[in-house]
Amino acid sequence: MTFKTEPFVVNAGPQHPSTHGLFRMRFTLDGEVIQDVEPVFGYLHRGIEKLAEGLNYTQDIVFTDRMDYLTSMSNNQAYVLAVEKLAGIQVPERAEYLRVIMTELMRISSHLMTVGFLLNELGAFMTPLLYMFREREKILDLFEMVCGQRLTYNYLRIGGVSQDIPEEFLPALKRYIDSLPGFIAEYDQLLAENEILLMRTKNIGILKRETAINCSVSGPVLRASGVNWDIRKADPYSIYDRFDFDVPVGSVGDIYDRYRMRIEEMHQSIRIIKQAMAQMPSGEIQSKVPRVLRPPKGEAYGHIEAPKGELGFYLVSDGSTNPYRFHVRPSSFINLQVLRELMTGVKIADAIVIFGSIDICLGEVDR
Amino acid sequence: MLSTFITNTNPNILYASALPPDWPGGFWSHMLIFIVILFVFVILGVMAFIYIERRVLGRFQIRIGPNRTGPFGIIQPVADTIKILIKEDIIPQNADGLLHLLAPAIAFIPTLMIFAVIPLQNGVALVDLNIGILYIVAISSVSVVGILMAGWASNNKYALISAMRVIAQVVSYEIPLALSIIGVVLLTGNLSMNSIVESQNIPFILLQPLGFIIYFIAALAEINRTPFDLLEAESEIVAGFNIEYSGIKFALFFLTEYAEALAISAIIATIYLGGWRGPLLPPILWFLIKMVAVFILIIWVRSTLPRIRIDQVMGFAWKFLLPLALINLLITGLQVITLPDLSQWVIVAINFVVTAVLILFWSKFYRLTGDKKVEV
Repeated sequence: MTFKTEPFVVNAGPQHPSTHGLFRMRFTLDGEVIQDVEPVFGYLHRGIEKLAEGLNYTQDIVFTDRMDYLTSMSNNQAYVLAVEKLAGIQVPERAEYLRVIMTELMRISSHLMTVGFLLNELGAFMTPLLYMFREREKILDLFEMVCGQRLTYNYLRIGGVSQDIPEEFLPALKRYIDSLPGFIAEYDQLLAENEILLMRTKNIGILKRETAINCSVSGPVLRASGVNWDIRKADPYSIYDRFDFDVPVGSVGDIYDRYRMRIEEMHQSIRIIKQAMAQMPSGEIQSKVPRVLRPPKGEAYGHIEAPKGELGFYLVSDGSTNPYRFHVRPSSFINLQVLRELMTGVKIADAIVIFGSIDICLGEVDR
Repeated sequence: MLSTFITNTNPNILYASALPPDWPGGFWSHMLIFIVILFVFVILGVMAFIYIERRVLGRFQIRIGPNRTGPFGIIQPVADTIKILIKEDIIPQNADGLLHLLAPAIAFIPTLMIFAVIPLQNGVALVDLNIGILYIVAISSVSVVGILMAGWASNNKYALISAMRVIAQVVSYEIPLALSIIGVVLLTGNLSMNSIVESQNIPFILLQPLGFIIYFIAALAEINRTPFDLLEAESEIVAGFNIEYSGIKFALFFLTEYAEALAISAIIATIYLGGWRGPLLPPILWFLIKMVAVFILIIWVRSTLPRIRIDQVMGFAWKFLLPLALINLLITGLQVITLPDLSQWVIVAINFVVTAVLILFWSKFYRLTGDKKVEV
């Protein structure tokens, strides 16, 4: 006697606790094993690229805040970098140091969230996430001190930053940076030796080196697969060539390696911030930029190592006040290309964790 | 008939000693009144547990927990209950209406029935069955049928996945659970819950440390608490089997979940922690303190550990817990036969050493992470 069987199609999302926003995955299941996965995008599409073409260069900074809302500072940085390349604007030293400090803080904040959500998806009921939120909260307080905002900072300006830091910022930052390694080490110790965590993450969701390169994956996900590619080193922008830091590289490319990359990168970010604080000069924070910016005709691509990967802005100017073309190379979206590769053949529980380990933000995927 | 199982004719044990011996109406009147008492005990216990869980979990997660409704938020569970009960009862269009309706009751009633044999203090139980612990093992596995029915009848894919998982899991963990209880039974030579408590001059957690650990882990899996909460793995299958339930039916499932936790706490307190026995305080208070202590341990586990994957859950039951439970049974049997006159404290020392060695050895022998090497 034979049974008639058919594949079992399950929709995870767009409303699902683990999709980090409005993302939908159509799983084709054989029991618990995923045979195929079809990602469905676009639920959060706001047309940012087109909207940005209707406003001038300075006004567009606001849109970049709202792409990946967990790493607003880094988005600002990538965009202003592209505009500065396009218009040939020099940035004062002090502003560069401020930018570095802010984007590295943003990286720590983003990685804290990633690790917290990853553990939440592993089933550690909220506890790690709330501890990570506690640390992130202090970073938000620092940002609030600088620019008065807690989520969409809009702090960087073309040719500088919007305002100088208050007097009490550097001591507060120093206190925080000194306390952070202890926190990370304590937490890492609690988690990295947990047998359940190890058996849920080791050798699962392996992203092969070749696949990662072919799919143009970037950021911690790429480095976990053993590729030493960090734009801060490979194509140094801003003043990153002045700092001494390491690029952590994984060996296996499984979920555990991706988790480790984030922990290590937080330590490296702390190193960079410490050096930046020590070297910070006084002086101007904003170079002379015309109030109405009309870059010469041409095109420019500015890219940075955002917390989630390579974030690039490709701008085409026709000589007017608005960009003729405003294109984003979103790290989250491109990292998602390996989704089917990674998820085919694993169990549902693993698929959710793999998704979490890639670390995407739907605001950036859909724009 | 129930009365055929009741061979113990001591009226102080058969009837609750909290009641006067000349209670009018005899056995059936006692039954009726005690059922009401137990029902109230379970409902209030569940409410207290929900409150304790939310507050303690809050402390673990560096937040406060509910503190607005009443002093220290103490009537928060009441507010939650009212909110759940006045929700609309929705039956999905293509659901199997009858099964959908029956499932919560079938899940809840066996859980409630566990409390029939649990002695709240000396001899105070609905009935002191001479097969008490066997009855508990048997009846506690019935409620999984209700969960399977709920998963199937909801006509929802998440619910069905959840039901498939829970059947595999609960059936597997029944075996180490029952085997670890047999260790206790060997020591007492009696299946009655009251006799088990009476024979605990030393709490059995000391005499049976390995059995306790196995029982505790298997019980966590039985009641689907973290790290075995695959049943309602929120980050994977949203809410699991009760995803299509609302209103009073959902309330019943919620009640079942906590009543199971209450039951497991009560069983552990009874068979491993010495039940109502203890110095100074009244026995019922000792019983409640031990129950809450066990429950806080369960919350601690919940707030700390990640979830295990389904195949690892099964592997853990069959490859880790089952052999250890068998070894525990063998060692206990040998001790009961060959060393009956040895001081119990010596056996306590021996058993702790044996437990530590066995667990260390077995975790080296069977690594859950596997030693599979993968090429990159």
